[in-house]
Amino acid sequence: MAMISIRNIVKQYAGHRALSDVSIEIEKGKIFGLLGPNGAGKTSLIRIINQITAPDSGQILFNGEPLGRHHVERIGYLPEERGLYKKMEIGEQILYLARLKGLSRQDAKKRTKYWFEKLGIEGWWNKKIEELSKGMQQKAQFVATVLHEPELLILDEPFSGFDPVNAEIIKNEILELNEKGATIIFSTHRMESVEELCDSIALLNLSNKIMDGNVKEIKNSFRSGTFFIEYKGGLIQEEARAPFSVLEQSNLGTHHQVKLRLNEGASSNDALRYILDLAEISRFEEIVPNMNEIFISTVNKTN
Amino acid sequence: MNKILLIIQREYLSRVKKKSFIVLTILVPILFIGMFALIGYLAVKGDDLAEKKTVQVIDESGKFKEKLKSTNSVTYEYSDETFEFAKARFLESDYNFLLHIPASATNIELLSQKKPSATNIETIESTLSKVAEAESLQEAGIDKNVLADAQKHISIRATQITEAGEKDAQTYTAYAIGFLSAFLIYICLFIYGTQVMRGVIEEKVSRIVEVIISSVKPFQLMLGKIIGVGLVGLTQFFLWIVLSVVLSTVGGSMLAGKAMNSQQMSQVQSIAAREGVNNVKTPEKGIEKIMESIDSIPVTYTVSCFLFYFLFGYLLYSAIFAAVGSAVDNETETQQFMLPITLPLIFTFALAQSFIINNPDSSISVWLSMIPFTSPIAMMIRIPFGVPAWQLALSMFFLVVGFLFTTWVAGRIYRIGILMYGKKASYKELAKWFMYKE
Repeated sequence: MAMISIRNIVKQYAGHRALSDVSIEIEKGKIFGLLGPNGAGKTSLIRIINQITAPDSGQILFNGEPLGRHHVERIGYLPEERGLYKKMEIGEQILYLARLKGLSRQDAKKRTKYWFEKLGIEGWWNKKIEELSKGMQQKAQFVATVLHEPELLILDEPFSGFDPVNAEIIKNEILELNEKGATIIFSTHRMESVEELCDSIALLNLSNKIMDGNVKEIKNSFRSGTFFIEYKGGLIQEEARAPFSVLEQSNLGTHHQVKLRLNEGASSNDALRYILDLAEISRFEEIVPNMNEIFISTVNKTN
Repeated sequence: MNKILLIIQREYLSRVKKKSFIVLTILVPILFIGMFALIGYLAVKGDDLAEKKTVQVIDESGKFKEKLKSTNSVTYEYSDETFEFAKARFLESDYNFLLHIPASATNIELLSQKKPSATNIETIESTLSKVAEAESLQEAGIDKNVLADAQKHISIRATQITEAGEKDAQTYTAYAIGFLSAFLIYICLFIYGTQVMRGVIEEKVSRIVEVIISSVKPFQLMLGKIIGVGLVGLTQFFLWIVLSVVLSTVGGSMLAGKAMNSQQMSQVQSIAAREGVNNVKTPEKGIEKIMESIDSIPVTYTVSCFLFYFLFGYLLYSAIFAAVGSAVDNETETQQFMLPITLPLIFTFALAQSFIINNPDSSISVWLSMIPFTSPIAMMIRIPFGVPAWQLALSMFFLVVGFLFTTWVAGRIYRIGILMYGKKASYKELAKWFMYKE
């Protein structure tokens, strides 16, 4: 069942349209990537799911029921623009935010201690935010986001501001939360983490959804029958009987590399069989477009 | 509702715990009481404290011979030396002034070692004029005794007739209390209103606002902040009153001994008492008179009115301050929106000191005490002079309605404003935000 059903959401601001008729289904227990160039409408959509703003028309279902105020406590939101009260002590601050999400003071305290130990910031309870490093602030904010054990986590660029070591720690925490059953909406511009983490994605551009679906399926649909071959032997000539056309060729001395595209109806085996007679193959692989390329080409097509 | 309480709690505690709050709470009553104590003390003992001036008088006309009477502050000593001789020796002498009255008794000259103060000159001048005046009247044939009779000091006893009967009008006390409470409201609307605005800007700049309004509605956040800061204000008032009573008990008994029954004095009264010291010539009697007049003022009524107008005036203005805070990215940008807020306040306060306090029942005063934006100040000026119950009720009603209305308008601007980063807001923009759907 879908954890979040976004149905025909329209949001109009004076002068421009942020979302026009966007519908997305987000499966329970999955990690969902919400992608799109700057200004595509991602933040508007996230704010609507968080009930920070309301859509002009359309509906959102949370576990099948219309989204309402009481769902706020089951959602955790880490906005792209982070911030905490600079003059407030970090421990008190997290307790405050957790209690706004409906936790009791005792529960919040217990869980904050647990998380502080887990992330190695237990000695910082009484420090003011302005005394902490940026990475430390980000960790504190992450704790505040997940403390009430939300069923739905909305993370907007969760790794920004972290060094690679801490980014890895946070990534593993996110995966662990996901394994425990949390559904995660993940908005980012870093396509390698999309490929690594996301089960499915939706791509927004100019206030419209231009693509969505399972990451593997999307990548499959973008296969164009291009292959990369490294071999020993002479240059491969493009003959009429060859089942492919050569796109690029380079000479590395003893080895040659070639990029080719299969002709219509030809299989990779046909290409292999043809080349086998001419050369000694050391590498043969299909060139599958990565999410970055898919992102760019899809967005460019709709611009 | 529970969440609003949480917000109020945070807003309150985070401010009350601040060093600046504690310092201000302790310092203000000390400075205030100290200031009035000093004024009172100087008024009572001023003549003794001021350096006694001696004036060497060279009277060539002979008209003023032995007629200039020495006072507490000025001693006249006559000398028969010639003016030229005295003038030459003046700098080495112990005299502060040298008064030269030529034979014609005109073109009188006053020489001094230092620049003479205005009071010194005035004192000497008036003494001379009185003597000259008496001289001329006597020359015109008026009897000395008649003259003495005519110079009686006349004081007016102002009596106000109410349904309860006659009572002393106590204009001075009403004046002091009205001015003081209006001044306090004026200052506090600014202080606490600005605190609300700063709080909103802080949340917006630090970006925490987005996290918070994913848990509570923007309106709850705004209201929680306003109420929290308002409670800080009330706490400060309460502490000021307690501290002032304690301080004035100590200071008052030291200053005036038994004349002041200081245990019964609240801050307002004690300040009024000290204020009054300036206005009476004989301090001991003056204090008794003031104590009497304080007893005649309905303390509970005045204090309740003050709290009402402070609270609702604050609520009304702080909502607007919150909306302004939400529309900007930093404090310097608030300038363009501040004028419409501060203008009615400054205007009313300026009028309050000059016009309303002297004409508390004129139609302008009545109107100003009805309009919600000006009534907290204007009405507090009028209350000590007596306001008809229906006017008070109507003014309070308008203020509550005004508060509900501005909070509603401010809330609609606020909910959009806090999410608009890096956008220069104009009045047109604010109007657009106001029109946005929920």
